[in-house]
Amino acid sequence: MNQRIVHHPVLGSLDAGKSLHFRFNGTTYPAYEGETIAAALLASGVRTLRVHEEKGTPRGIYCNIGHCYECRVTVDGVPTVRACMTLVQDGMEVTAGVVLPTPLKKGGHSQ
Amino acid sequence: MIDALIIGAGPAGLSAAIACAKQGLSVRIVDEFYRAGGRLLGQLHQEPNGTWWNGMEEAARLDREARAAGVEIACGVSVFNVVPSSSGWIASTTEGEIETSLLLIATGASETAVPVPGWTLPGVMSIGAAQVMTNVQRVRVGERGVIIGVNILSVAIARELQLAGIQIDRMILPPVSTVTGKAGFPEAVMRSLLRVAHLAPSPLIRWGSQLMKSSWMQRLGVSLYPSQGFSMWDIPIQLRTAALEIVGTNQVEGVRIARVAPDGQPIPGSEQIIPADFVCIAGGLSPLAELAAIAGCPFAYVPSLGGHVPIHNDRMQTPLPGLFVAGNITGVESAKVAMAQGIVAGLSMADAHGALADSAELENAIRQVGIVRQRATIQFHPDIDEGRATVGQLALASTGK
Repeated sequence: MNQRIVHHPVLGSLDAGKSLHFRFNGTTYPAYEGETIAAALLASGVRTLRVHEEKGTPRGIYCNIGHCYECRVTVDGVPTVRACMTLVQDGMEVTAGVVLPTPLKKGGHSQ
Repeated sequence: MIDALIIGAGPAGLSAAIACAKQGLSVRIVDEFYRAGGRLLGQLHQEPNGTWWNGMEEAARLDREARAAGVEIACGVSVFNVVPSSSGWIASTTEGEIETSLLLIATGASETAVPVPGWTLPGVMSIGAAQVMTNVQRVRVGERGVIIGVNILSVAIARELQLAGIQIDRMILPPVSTVTGKAGFPEAVMRSLLRVAHLAPSPLIRWGSQLMKSSWMQRLGVSLYPSQGFSMWDIPIQLRTAALEIVGTNQVEGVRIARVAPDGQPIPGSEQIIPADFVCIAGGLSPLAELAAIAGCPFAYVPSLGGHVPIHNDRMQTPLPGLFVAGNITGVESAKVAMAQGIVAGLSMADAHGALADSAELENAIRQVGIVRQRATIQFHPDIDEGRATVGQLALASTGK
């Protein structure tokens, strides 16, 4: 799946950068230099970037300009990186946020 | 220590940087986004004379000019604190502290979120997110979508999405709630659209010459609430329909809608679910002013300017020594107004630094802001002049300037 807008009636043809690859949750995806993680994943049809830390409900991008923090992912071991503000690098390892333990909450779980 | 630090590389920040760097100040800009231009980057609309306003090109031009004038631009840098120092200001950033004698906060505006049930599903995004994804990042946000929230911004961006080949099924209202306020009342939304349609020249009319051909205004006048709404560029705009819920399991699958009475209340039995693979929520814009607040700047609540704005005079000075503001942080208007304000702020900073060669230049720039505002293509609020005057009086009262 490639959802890139290659031809645009006003903006013209897409001026894509060098092609590269990165991994998201163990799967390899293509991207172009200069693309954000969020844009590159959406271009491949990936919309869910994490799950709610407690409820496990899926989350994607919301504001796409760094305000809402909905798209936070782990990049090369660094947590809470905004996928909408971070450019893809060749060989980057990106993982989605997962459900976290809530051992102190009533009915919570430890792992 | 640098002479001027500018937070925000949008149209206001870049214009300010160019103006004061040309007066000989050493200037640095920091911006959280990965490239300069701010939200100007995503803008794409047709001007009254038929030419296209291409925000990407405008941003590239400002970026080039700023660098040519010697401005240092650092992107991907977030600012999380500003404090006054004995010689100016210190900004705490993700790249360390930056000391400056003069500080300009040009952080723009942020979108107001509208928590429609289901809004956290992947595939739901703000209308501005869709604009950036489509025009800047050149990725489709989906195949067929619904826009919740009818205002100047959402109508303009709907057209931009359509240009990129993305289908907009319809535009509808948000459900009435304490947070959506007037945006959920058909009559209020209709009035706001009629208001902009009456502006001369009117952005709504200019955006679609089709409007004139189809006598859109006439039809609005004859029957205020056409049952199927009216169409702009074949996008149905339904002011008597509201979203009740965004539905889906792992991502957006559709929107549950209902016909609503003029007061926004759903009409029983009129509910249906329409399929969609993405939803854009348009809640309007408000000044992004946290940094001015933590700097200790006094504020005024001015609804016509978009909400809480830092008090400032027509030279873009706040009551705090060495602190300036420009662009949408001072009130939500167009990029052109932001650019004109940026030039004022830049010259004003140069003046504060004792480096402004010709004070007439600053006076001219201040006049130019008024001229640009009068000619603005996109007028966000009818009482902007009044709101600006209120803030000006407050600035006078607080500093005597």
